[in-house]
Amino acid sequence: MSVRLEMKNMTKRYGQFLANEGVSIAVGAGEVHAIVGENGAGKTTLMRMLYGMEEPTSGEILLDGKPVSFRGPDDAIRHGVGMVHQHFMLFPDFTVAENIVIGYEPKRGGFFDRAKAMADATALAERYRIPVSPTAVLGECSIGEQQRVEILKVLYQGAEIIILDEPTAVLTPMEVSELLATIRTLAEAGKSILLITHKLQEVMEVADRITVLRGGKVTGAVAAKDTSAEELARLMVGRDLEQLSERTEQRGEPLLVVHQVTMQEKKKKPVLDQVSFAVHHGEIVGIAGVSGNGQSELLQAISGLAAVQSGTIRLKDTDVTNRTVALIRETGLAHIPEDRYFWGAAKEETVAENALMGYHRLPAFSRGIIIQRKWFHHLVAAWIERFAIKTSSAHEKAGNLSGGNLQKLIVAREMGRETPLLLAAEPTRGVDIGAMETIHQALLEKRNKGDGILLVSSELSEILALSDRILVMFEGRIVGELSRAEATEEKISMLMAGGRGDGSTQATA
Amino acid sequence: MLDIFDSSLVSSTIRMVTPILLAALGGSLCARVGIFNVGLEGFILVGAFAAIVGNHFTGSLWLALLLAAFVTLLFSLLFGYMTVHLRANEIVVGVAINFLGLGLTTFLLRAIFGVKGAFYDKDMQGLPQLQIPVLHDIPLLGPILSGHSPLVYVSFAAAILLYLFYYRSVTGFRVRAVGMNATAAKSIGLNTVRLQYLAISLCGILCGLAGAQLSLGQVTMFTEGMAAGRGFIALVAMMLGQSHPFGILASSLLFGLMDAISIRLQGFSLPTQFTAMLPYILTIAAMFFLKDRGMGSNRASQQSGR
Ligand SMILES: Nc1ncnc2c1ncn2[C@@H]1O[C@H](COP(=O)(O)OP(=O)(O)OP(=O)(O)O)[C@@H](O)[C@H]1O
Ligand SMILES: [Mg+2]
Repeated sequence: MSVRLEMKNMTKRYGQFLANEGVSIAVGAGEVHAIVGENGAGKTTLMRMLYGMEEPTSGEILLDGKPVSFRGPDDAIRHGVGMVHQHFMLFPDFTVAENIVIGYEPKRGGFFDRAKAMADATALAERYRIPVSPTAVLGECSIGEQQRVEILKVLYQGAEIIILDEPTAVLTPMEVSELLATIRTLAEAGKSILLITHKLQEVMEVADRITVLRGGKVTGAVAAKDTSAEELARLMVGRDLEQLSERTEQRGEPLLVVHQVTMQEKKKKPVLDQVSFAVHHGEIVGIAGVSGNGQSELLQAISGLAAVQSGTIRLKDTDVTNRTVALIRETGLAHIPEDRYFWGAAKEETVAENALMGYHRLPAFSRGIIIQRKWFHHLVAAWIERFAIKTSSAHEKAGNLSGGNLQKLIVAREMGRETPLLLAAEPTRGVDIGAMETIHQALLEKRNKGDGILLVSSELSEILALSDRILVMFEGRIVGELSRAEATEEKISMLMAGGRGDGSTQATA
Repeated sequence: MLDIFDSSLVSSTIRMVTPILLAALGGSLCARVGIFNVGLEGFILVGAFAAIVGNHFTGSLWLALLLAAFVTLLFSLLFGYMTVHLRANEIVVGVAINFLGLGLTTFLLRAIFGVKGAFYDKDMQGLPQLQIPVLHDIPLLGPILSGHSPLVYVSFAAAILLYLFYYRSVTGFRVRAVGMNATAAKSIGLNTVRLQYLAISLCGILCGLAGAQLSLGQVTMFTEGMAAGRGFIALVAMMLGQSHPFGILASSLLFGLMDAISIRLQGFSLPTQFTAMLPYILTIAAMFFLKDRGMGSNRASQQSGR
């Protein structure tokens, strides 16, 4: 296998902070090279330098033995380096084919040749066996399909080296295995793949070689066949992982009671259809389901972000149906939202200010209309410590935190409210295995203290590890309930696909 | 009351619609690259003034139109420099542009022509009324569609050309991409700055012609502030038409009709202050039906992160 890409002694400095320090990697043609490491280890930074989005402070990039330096992404693209961003760089109103060819559009007589664009996209999709429908409008495609469009776009641009930054974080288990298959196909076609992920079993499944980063430095470079997930974890975190603490028998009074809730736009199919369930004190209720089956809407209904058309929602015996977010939060709810950038944080503001959101009205932190920042800083410092949030200071712009560290900040903020009820949507999205352990432990402790948690996650393993009871949603309805004892991955998957727990398939009229 | 709706009303609608249509098409170009341009009013005013200046000093209508387009293009580049280059808030810049346009034309009116309020020269020729050969002879339709200033036909042609530009050309495709998701456009190496300047310049030219139609097409004179809110009406027409050239054509026709009716109603001994309100009342009513600012997509991701 010839070496196609070499990065030598890459260093990236932000002010006093070294995000990358003397990092070297080599990737051959047809190789899948995984890069793993804790949140803030510098994985994204390394890839951004390769893609020309960030200028290296020092270091050398060699393509096929020749030194190169990229002035910007377009330069990198011309040299055959493509990147699939974690937050997709796509155009929602354009068709799939248009999204694939943009920037390198086929022309005829000076006009955009859409027929050729369509044909090219179809041919490319067939060649690499990546299923998409070229005529569909992108905004109406599933997340998994949008990601396939991203990959095809990069291939269309002629990439030989393809960077995938946490591509599986937003996918369903089914889509994940399809993506891994696609990655193998691409490698067999001679492409070099750089894959960043926190899921070590995925790494073991597809990678040929693995580089481990910690604190901006390489702590290990191994071939996949010579290592195991456990060893990788040790290299990443520098210690063995611990078992979750015991669950005490806890279940108490009902805390959140959702009764016959329906959410429906006029004349459309309801997105929530007569949903009823309860969350008790001292209980974690997990909601499983393929994303887009009403989980987001359910959380929005409970937290007051969207209105419901019928049914009632009671929290601590108070009717909170269609009340304001502020009132519901005051009644006793905290919410880890599913999209950390959209609902969870103000990227342009500081870490401290993001931490303060939702606390600014509490008597402890405000006097009259003036916010008492001093007290608050102690609290934020404690969170940063407990969840090991890597930030240069509390005054850093939140948008400069690595994805996983921002997630941890939001988790810390919402858990810090110590409300009786916590809505936790994808609480560990994008965090490393060490942080995942910390967050799981914190959720469990909260439960053991007698609080209730409604957990929504696309990770079945997370649902199974934490939940006392599991509800499965399908097309806006709850189609099954399983106790902790009876739940297995197979049973849940069956229900998620719309089948009944007993094996018969339900008509999806 | 019914006799206000006759063929001459339609014909006057077509005349009234032209400045609104041209400016709204220009506004849509800015919206398509993600810039909400509230400075259309100022652009139109500058165009109207430049057209009169050109006409007065050269005596040529063609040169007058050319000057109107060129001067407004320069004016729009000022807007572009502040919003694109200096990244100033586009609303604030737009408002400033409107005041600058008003102040500048008032000042130059005095400096160049030595008059206050309005400039009128009875020897000055307005835009000719084109009698389109075949069209003119069609009964009923003929008098409606024929006999307008060339800019009237230009404005309808502009709508069609802009449609082809947006939906058939590569550059138009990229222009739309910039407004939909600027971060993504940058990430694939599109030159967003150049595309934004391109859209703003075209907007300037269209608004310049809109102004020329006001000062040389409908009347042959310049009065202070003669844009009279048409830039803002154009903005609403653009939003109502969702920045789609044909949508804008339809909504502009609606506003043009209101303009025409309001003038017609003055002949019915209704107070002019009242009739002149009509287009603006419609504007406010239209606002109720607008969900976004007609800036393309509401699905566009507003945030992007790492
Ligand atoms: N523009 C910036 N200014 C200052 N610090 C930055 C900037 N970009 C990144 N950093 C810091 O560099 C470090 C590495 O960030 P990076 O995004 O590469 O981490 P990562 O390994 O991708 O983590 P994650 O797994 O959470 O995505 C982080 O501590 C981050 O706060
Ligand atoms: Mg990252």
